[in-house]
Amino acid sequence: MLAKGEVVAVRRASVSLAGRDILKDIEFTLGPGEFCGLIGANGSGKTTLIRTILGFIPPSSGAVAFEGGGKATSVGYVPQKFSLDPYMPMRARDLVGLGLDGARLGVPLPSKARRRKVDEMLEAVDGTRFADQRLGSLSGGEQQRVLIAHALIRRPGLLLLDEPLANLDMRSVAGIVTLLRRLSRELQITVLLSAHDMNPLLSVMDRLVYLAHGRAVTGTTDAVVRTEVLSQLYGYHIDVVRVHGRVLVVAADAEWDAKAAIERDPVHISQIP
Amino acid sequence: MTTLLSLIVEPGFFASEPVRTAAAIGGAAAVVSGAVGVFTVIRGQSFAGEALSDLSSAGGAAAFLLGINPLVGFLGMGVIAAACMELFRVDRASERDLVTGVVTSAGLGLAALLLYLDVTMSSTTGAAVTVMFGSMFAIPASIVPLALTVGIGALVAIGVLYRPLLLCSLDPDLAAVRGVNVRLIGLLHLIVAALAVALSAITVGAILSTALLIGPAAIALHLTKRPGMAILLASAVGVVTTWGGILVAYDSYEWTGGHGWPVSFCIVALIFVSYMAVAQAGTGGVRRALRVARAPISSGV
Amino acid sequence: MFEDFMVNTWIAATVVAAVAGVVGFFVVIRGAAFAAHALPLAAFPGAAAANLLGVNPLSGLLVFSALGVAGISQLARRARRDVATALSLVMLLGLGALFLSRTTEYFQAVFALLFGQILGVSNAELWSLFALGSASIALIVILFRPLLLSSVSPELGETMGVSARLIEVLFLAVVGLATAMALPVVGALLVFSLMVGPASAARAMVDRPLPAMLLSAGLAVVMVWASIALSFISDWPIGFFVGALSAIAYVAGRVWSSASLWRRAARSAAVGAQ
Repeated sequence: MLAKGEVVAVRRASVSLAGRDILKDIEFTLGPGEFCGLIGANGSGKTTLIRTILGFIPPSSGAVAFEGGGKATSVGYVPQKFSLDPYMPMRARDLVGLGLDGARLGVPLPSKARRRKVDEMLEAVDGTRFADQRLGSLSGGEQQRVLIAHALIRRPGLLLLDEPLANLDMRSVAGIVTLLRRLSRELQITVLLSAHDMNPLLSVMDRLVYLAHGRAVTGTTDAVVRTEVLSQLYGYHIDVVRVHGRVLVVAADAEWDAKAAIERDPVHISQIP
Repeated sequence: MTTLLSLIVEPGFFASEPVRTAAAIGGAAAVVSGAVGVFTVIRGQSFAGEALSDLSSAGGAAAFLLGINPLVGFLGMGVIAAACMELFRVDRASERDLVTGVVTSAGLGLAALLLYLDVTMSSTTGAAVTVMFGSMFAIPASIVPLALTVGIGALVAIGVLYRPLLLCSLDPDLAAVRGVNVRLIGLLHLIVAALAVALSAITVGAILSTALLIGPAAIALHLTKRPGMAILLASAVGVVTTWGGILVAYDSYEWTGGHGWPVSFCIVALIFVSYMAVAQAGTGGVRRALRVARAPISSGV
Repeated sequence: MFEDFMVNTWIAATVVAAVAGVVGFFVVIRGAAFAAHALPLAAFPGAAAANLLGVNPLSGLLVFSALGVAGISQLARRARRDVATALSLVMLLGLGALFLSRTTEYFQAVFALLFGQILGVSNAELWSLFALGSASIALIVILFRPLLLSSVSPELGETMGVSARLIEVLFLAVVGLATAMALPVVGALLVFSLMVGPASAARAMVDRPLPAMLLSAGLAVVMVWASIALSFISDWPIGFFVGALSAIAYVAGRVWSSASLWRRAARSAAVGAQ
């Protein structure tokens, strides 16, 4: 059961897939309105963790609990890969509308109230401009806004985003981060979004969950992104370098094997100036 | 030992001429289909394989009735259909299946027209059904050399195309980067599949041509991840199930009082049962299968 | 072609086309073309089996259709969907070969089931078509929203509590019902062509899901009417015209989509230049 004021709690959750241990003893809770980053290198298990929270993957041990007990009653999800059929006859506002009543049987009847809610949500994500365009004709960033609108239109308590910034250009990244932060505040929604680069999120994250080799450390950026903390997490020496307000996480082991490090943890290479 | 053998094998089996022909032809069809089928399954083009089977059978039936050499009909229709399927640029597997479907309906419509244009309706129906279900025990021995030539041709083509085809099937983006003409390879694969399928369809019927293309390959890919091994396994499984099916069909004449079960049924049943057995074992037991069943989105192949 | 005895043909064709258009819309957007092709083929040995047992052929069709749906959805847990469909199909056809071997007087009926014989639809058959057709369309209407959501993105559906697996089974069941119903009237070839062609065009021409589905049904009806008329005039089989028109519909849809892309690109280039 959750303590008061907790939206979701991951309690010592371990997940194995196809015989491999992906996540080990993950433990953290999120409160209402918190904006939390799930940071880790590619392949560190971010997607697995998100899917476990969603209930798509059952944990091999431990549990995920939501406020109100039992499974999540309202969680919004923006998946990483939204492989859309380019010929799909659906406009942005149609997908957002499905976020409202997609689980209900029958055909959507035109109603002023429904249209108003959809319009409002699209307005909130700055999507009014392309509301009537086909999904297939939207850019990556635009599609993402539609997905966010779809996920939020029922005002869930928790919004999960899997690598929303990964395929966006720099300007769009800033736009989406600002949008998410604003929505989180305005609608009092807990946001957990995963990324392999924490830098765009430094100014907006309340806390972060740092994932490496299947284990996680939780806390504020200042508390977690430190040499001693991350070195313990990784199991070998890590240097945290702060340059011009940006954070670099670099391996500084004398016996550092470049090839093995690249295979194990690609973030090292991307962060090296 | 001989009594055990005589229990399984009815008398006259090994001496029978039709059986020997069936075993040779069926075996050849199985080897070629298995080899090509591995690529077809990897590429997720089972529908195309099945469609080619329908289309070449229809082409063959039409050719037969129009007085053209049926082999021309089988092969010609199959190759033309393969070309049409690859005509459109498609990025998704589901769209490719849609194109396959549209080509199939147009092709079968064309076949319906050709069948109609022949005057005598009654001979049409018999031919169509014979073509679809085939009758391995009624294959004239004269077709053997031609069939073997086509089969060997298809195998040689696979050998030549092996590397680029494998690369395109597993990682088309990488293949494109390496300068491989992915669309051309895709077209060539379908053409070779059309040849394999036509060969099977002529000899063993349309149902079996699909079964031999997809079944043994799917079984092999469950057992191994290495493509070369999969090809050998697929051909082997194909031959074993074909010969086993022939045996069961032959024996069945005894059990069913002279009627006999059709060979196509026996072989397909063997393939299907073998596949279920392998797929069951592959999930590692009931508990793992349950966990797979509970997870709503299957991430696997 | 508008003689009395043809009236039933026109009505039957219209019902079948409307159902095929509605169901076909989801066949196309779900990429389920193989299943839509395989289910009618897998169903028709059921008629042969029913004949052997002296039972109403429609029940045989429904049973084999159900077996096909079960095969495709259950095997798909352990295999790729296309492999599952192929193996289920050949197994049921193999059973068909087994049943056919028992009787030699069935060739005529087999041919009819493959290529259809739209003439000679009795009133009883017409009522049956209405009933099953209405049921199929009703099911699609009832399932519309979750089916649409799951078709666009199974994951988003799961997040909202819509089980992708359940939707898949239910959808296949509707396809199976629609094909079993249409099979005795128009044959396997036609019902499939009517499912894929019109919907391919409709999805390109209309941006919204519900109107696209309705347009798909409309185009299917027009297509079958045109085919009957052309068949009547030329004496050529209906299947040829339906197949050809389906292919044309698909091509038209692709061309329309490309044209829309061009128009949009030109428009945004013009806006950018300002």
